Amino acid sequence: MTRQRQTIAELSRLFQSGAVSSRELTEASLKRIAEHDSELNSFINVTQEEARVAADTADKLLASGKAGPLTGVPMAHKDIFCTRNITTTCGSRMLENFVSPYDATVVARLAEAGMVSVGKTNMDEFAMGSSNETSYFGAVKNPWDQERSPGGSSGGSAAAVAAGLVPMATGTDTGGSVRQPAALCGITGFKPTYGRISRFGMIAYASSLDQAGVLGLTAEDVALVMQAIAGFDARDSTCSAEPVPDYVAGLEASVSGKTIGVPKEYFEAGLDAGYAEAVHSALDVYQQMGADIREVSLPNLSLAVPAYYVVSPAEASSNLSRFDGIRFGHRAEGMTDLESLYKLTRKEGFGDEVKRRIMTGTYVLSAGYYDAYYLKAQKVRQLISNDMARCFEDVDILAGPTTPTPAFRIGEKVDDPIQMYLNDIYTVSVNLAGLPGVSIPCGLVDGLPAGLQLVGPHFAEQNVLNFAHLFQKETDWHLRVPGEGVS
Amino acid sequence: MQWETVIGLEIHAQLATHSKIFSGASTAYGAEPNTQACLVSLGYPGVLPVLNREVVVMAARFGMAIGANVSQRSVFARKNYFYPDLPKGYQISQLELPIVEGGHIDIVLEDGTEKRINLTRAHLEEDAGKSMHENMEGQTGIDLNRAGTPLLEIVSEPELSSAKEAVAYMRRIHQLVRYIGISDGNMQEGSFRCDANVSVRPVAQAELGTRAELKNLNSFRFIEKAINLEVERQIELIEDGGKVVQETRLYDSDRDETRSMRSKEEANDYRYFPDPDLLPVVLDDEFLQAARESLPELPQAKAQRFMSEYSLKAADVELLTAARATADYFEAVTAEIDDPKMAANWVSGELSAALNRDNLEIEVSKIDAASLAGLLKRIQDNTISGKIAKDVFAAMWEEGGDADSIIDSKGLKQITDTGALETIVDQVIADNPDQVEQFRAGKEKVLGFLVGQIMKASQGKANPGQVNQILRTKLST
Repeated sequence: MTRQRQTIAELSRLFQSGAVSSRELTEASLKRIAEHDSELNSFINVTQEEARVAADTADKLLASGKAGPLTGVPMAHKDIFCTRNITTTCGSRMLENFVSPYDATVVARLAEAGMVSVGKTNMDEFAMGSSNETSYFGAVKNPWDQERSPGGSSGGSAAAVAAGLVPMATGTDTGGSVRQPAALCGITGFKPTYGRISRFGMIAYASSLDQAGVLGLTAEDVALVMQAIAGFDARDSTCSAEPVPDYVAGLEASVSGKTIGVPKEYFEAGLDAGYAEAVHSALDVYQQMGADIREVSLPNLSLAVPAYYVVSPAEASSNLSRFDGIRFGHRAEGMTDLESLYKLTRKEGFGDEVKRRIMTGTYVLSAGYYDAYYLKAQKVRQLISNDMARCFEDVDILAGPTTPTPAFRIGEKVDDPIQMYLNDIYTVSVNLAGLPGVSIPCGLVDGLPAGLQLVGPHFAEQNVLNFAHLFQKETDWHLRVPGEGVS
Repeated sequence: MQWETVIGLEIHAQLATHSKIFSGASTAYGAEPNTQACLVSLGYPGVLPVLNREVVVMAARFGMAIGANVSQRSVFARKNYFYPDLPKGYQISQLELPIVEGGHIDIVLEDGTEKRINLTRAHLEEDAGKSMHENMEGQTGIDLNRAGTPLLEIVSEPELSSAKEAVAYMRRIHQLVRYIGISDGNMQEGSFRCDANVSVRPVAQAELGTRAELKNLNSFRFIEKAINLEVERQIELIEDGGKVVQETRLYDSDRDETRSMRSKEEANDYRYFPDPDLLPVVLDDEFLQAARESLPELPQAKAQRFMSEYSLKAADVELLTAARATADYFEAVTAEIDDPKMAANWVSGELSAALNRDNLEIEVSKIDAASLAGLLKRIQDNTISGKIAKDVFAAMWEEGGDADSIIDSKGLKQITDTGALETIVDQVIADNPDQVEQFRAGKEKVLGFLVGQIMKASQGKANPGQVNQILRTKLST
């Protein structure tokens, strides 16, 4: 193998031709992890033995001709997805030794599709963070510049894919946690409509916003993986029964005559000038394909981050109450009574950012503050949703930057939560409205990747992936490899 | 000063589903600790609640039975607090949009008049687990079998003005939930329990006094005692110049006192908010229609019908309609024998006594309705007397078998053969010359003695009517 990064679609063809086996590919992936991950720190746990067993099983399927498009392809799961017999830490000391007795729906469906998981990727603790610095297992480094953050919270998954350790990794996106790291690491990151993929087995951060997503090299790969994981699951009441279309079949549709809305607020103060230029160039590409570009307005955009940082901590404060040292996870030594058991366990088990959000969330739900914070934030959420819906009356898709700047330096924002939170300005509104969105590489700014975010109406996954795919047919930004140019 | 008591009840009725409210784990009572605690019951990371449709049907039926508004849109909310037997750190309940709003129940007061008690609401929620302190060597054990068991919390307006009224109200609700099949109402197992909000105020004062909440009252007797104790305590406290503080109190049946558990200041801020893991419960017209049609005849309607259709008195009907199974039993018997009065007497007499003695529910009665009807038919056709029937009933109860075979095997068939009866009568007249003399001298009462002797000689099998007739004829000649 001369090329370090290969797409699932390419690997699938190699398998079919017998040019390479899943076992060989899995070994290659494990080898690259062994070589590079001591620096990147993108994995919390590499599961070599399980991976080899799964690869051998996949090879038998490939030999028998019963393989699907994902069979035998190595991948990794963000360590927020519960995996049977393998620790699921959620990037926290609280769950350092936690072994789930069951597989998350996403994990089970990808295993069923024959994918070979090589391990669990690093993440911000309980998915709370935009830089991967809040992980109990240490910060992840951006393969483009190891001084820089890969973004978060799915930073391990993004770095692993960008560095060619695996062709695909799962992620979760509550306020941008798939799209933002994808943008900062120069890969494709997709978050579907809320309810499109089951949350069963995905450790909850903010239940009304959490959604599983895919980090890969191309929109085509994302479509292949989405086909396997999307769809109804009776174990998640918020999972939609909406039929799952053929995502791959929809990729090639022409965008000529379709309309792209560009929210003018995205280009106001805070957006890096070089980044803005990259986004405009990307829009030109669509214009050349015959798409109509139109300016639209999201008047409540500036309220998205504040609303998000009320709603999400509120839900988190409740979701994380189950980590009390009684039934699973960390339990502090030296407790003297029930209250000290709770306090010591949670003091030791949770990091600062998690504690900050639990406290914020507890505060905004408290008697006397509920109306002023939580209820008001829910109203803002509705306004933002309405703004988006109004845009989709006139346009097929929204486009803009994924983040205000390319990858920032590790340590640069970690002590300033407000600055860190503002990194989510373009992504959180999409979660608040529950819409599908993707980030695709659209340029380099001072040698660092910039991301183009495309957002569609509810359940318009096909549309979003279609737009992303056509862009990737016309450009090679998604083929740029850290430090090496085009792969 | 004259005091007035104001009571509101919060009743927790466990819904009679097979599985829990948000998971497939069993709700069966009495299993080994934690054997019915699935990952949802345990609050494991990543697992999610999925609403059991049956609990919604049950709540809707309750709402319709009390004439309440069954909300077409209700919302589950999280009630947040830490406790070891609350696995998720929050209880899923309903706050702002409960499934049932309003409604009323009529209770009968001691003087026989009716009083209407309005309900505030009824909402669905999950039960917590149990903390176990016994045999744990100084530690606390947690049993999560009960965690996630479906409850309907039924909240009354503060319209009850005595412990007796509270009990009457609770009995009515107890009767109703069993009638409509949504709860087994088993108080020993904790399937039916209540908290009472109790306050006192001077008569004619409009403003309510400060209330205390009495927790977890799980028998009708305890409710009455606990409320009375609490009322006395509050009156005494105020009359001594003290003030009632808002607090939660526990009734200790061993020491027969209520004592403070926690004050308002120590109370949790539950930080309720809508549970994002569950969608709002939306009920369409079709669902509501089906729930309405699934409602059985309700106790009061049944009582009215029994009085008019069977010409029974209110007092008889009360017992017969107390439980749906009793009413069904009665109707099955009377349908067979076509004698409501006789059926009513036996169901509320012999049968009830036997059930009480053996502490059995009528559903598992040792004599079913068909068998009892079989026995009563033998009274109707003069095969046996009512008195002998009681013996046959006892034999059926103890040994099983139907009335006819017992009558046969024990030779209890009534003697109606005139010749045989005359022989016995003659013998008794011959054996009791003094009494015969007295009767002939006009002492009517002696006849009873002679009849008794004849019945005794016939081992109770003589037909009493015939005996009377033959005896009189013979004595008058």
